[in-house]
Amino acid sequence: MSTLLEVKGVTKRFGGLTAVNNVSFNVNKGDILSVIGPNGAGKSTLFKLISSFLTTSDGEVLLNGKRINNLAPHIVARLGVVRTFQETTIFKSMTVRENIIVSHHLRSKASLLGFFLGSKQARADEAEFGDSADQIIAFLGLEAIANELASNLPQGHLRALGMSIGLATNPMILLLDEPFAGMNHDETMHMVSLVRRLRDERGVTVMLVEHDMPAVMKISDRIVVINFGEKIAEGTPHDIQNNEKVIEAYLGSEDAAIGM
Amino acid sequence: MHNNKFILLALGVIALYVGVPVAIDISGRIDFFYTLTSVALLSIASAGVWLTFYIGRINIGQGAYALAGGYVSAILITQAGMSFWLSLPIAGLFCAVLSVFIGLPILRLRGVYFAMVTLVLTEVMRLVALALPVTQGAKGITSMPLPGELSVFGITLIPDFATLENPKIAFYWMAITIMIIAYAVLWRIVNSRLGHLCRSLQQNEELSASIGVNTAYLRVLAYSISSFFGGIAGASFVSIAQSIYPSSFQVTDSVNFMLNCFLGGLGFVFGPMLGTLILYFGWDLLFTTGQYQLLIYSTLLIMLMLALPNGVLSLFEKKKVSS
Repeated sequence: MSTLLEVKGVTKRFGGLTAVNNVSFNVNKGDILSVIGPNGAGKSTLFKLISSFLTTSDGEVLLNGKRINNLAPHIVARLGVVRTFQETTIFKSMTVRENIIVSHHLRSKASLLGFFLGSKQARADEAEFGDSADQIIAFLGLEAIANELASNLPQGHLRALGMSIGLATNPMILLLDEPFAGMNHDETMHMVSLVRRLRDERGVTVMLVEHDMPAVMKISDRIVVINFGEKIAEGTPHDIQNNEKVIEAYLGSEDAAIGM
Repeated sequence: MHNNKFILLALGVIALYVGVPVAIDISGRIDFFYTLTSVALLSIASAGVWLTFYIGRINIGQGAYALAGGYVSAILITQAGMSFWLSLPIAGLFCAVLSVFIGLPILRLRGVYFAMVTLVLTEVMRLVALALPVTQGAKGITSMPLPGELSVFGITLIPDFATLENPKIAFYWMAITIMIIAYAVLWRIVNSRLGHLCRSLQQNEELSASIGVNTAYLRVLAYSISSFFGGIAGASFVSIAQSIYPSSFQVTDSVNFMLNCFLGGLGFVFGPMLGTLILYFGWDLLFTTGQYQLLIYSTLLIMLMLALPNGVLSLFEKKKVSS
């Protein structure tokens, strides 16, 4: 498998606090890679660094060998690395279909002036976006709510919508920030199969930050564990489950000093 | 449905061009020409403010661009001997370019912070006009000529306003023509992808950036179109008043432009047009109440905004939903 994304020695300092410290790992093409760790470990910060929402203090992120850190978010998105959000961040006063259509921005060939004047290319683009949006809606099974205002949707649908917004940009790598948070077992399993299909049918490489361990173990090809901003382990779900450092980070170590 | 809308629009335009002048002629209220011309021009500036609302920014600084546009046109006409018709687009472009430089830093601000900075902008522009030699300080620029003839290849498109029997109606036609063009442009922006992207910006700038929208560029673009409208409105106003002073557009005007948008409805392209009409006439109608004018006026405004937070035009939308 070829390496698609390389994270090399990435560090982020906020004043005196080092949120992410010298983290390195690779993401292979077609992998589903999870980043896990206790609360405040720096997972979301890491995602923001990869997607250029934050600038790195040190180190670099390479996509197919080209540096992509410290660019603007819209440029990184254009290069194929797209982030969805921890909160259910969507365009609230648009319908589901409008949300998806507007997110096709990166695929437009016509200029903004072209869209203003209604040029041939602009109309072709619009038609294409509509078709593509319908495909995405069918792919995620959102037909019944396609014309519903996004602000009226329940949690589960919102996440599916968030994912479809990401899909509309036609990404190489999709960064999902806690896609299973606040979901019950059935919803989570449904989402897990969706993420799988994303990779299998659409060839999208997926990185996700998640707390739901059973889901992470089920879905991931590889897992990177972060604690206090540092990478403490990396490997297959099986490796991680048996890694002592990881168990220590999650359950806490026995403290010899007080004789426990 | 689509056809009906078109016919309605065409009727509206004809009424504006022919119906209103005829009605004014019959009623003998010639002063209405000036009033309606003002409303048309103010609604252009308001349309600009509305566009900045559309990208999620509260703009209380449109008076600055109206003033700048007015001065650019006035200076070009009186000192360079330029035709008004050429100075008009130049005034608009000047404001658009100026707003790029102002907008680049301040559009990073959001919410009340952006609003506060724009509020100051109008005052800054007034002080600049007072201080610069070319604007002639507090004396302003006066006794400007009326708009001259506009001809292309010897064919007269617009006659010299000074030779006209009734320049008032000429100004009225000029104002509503510019207004119709401005609103057609605005309508087209809103209903094209450009508008959809503006809405995405209004609703969530971070998500907008992550789907690949160059948010900084789009913000500045929308703001400069907005300022272009402001400049055009200011320059046209000056041509009617034939003079401009640093106090021609003040903070109150900037606030009014914003109120027009609120009142008409932020969700409707024609909101600022209706808002301007209601505010302008509302103020005039209350003139008879003398010293209580401002009190009654502001109370009514507050009540209107409480009752119709989405603007007057939302009344019609509700009907559509329920029927």
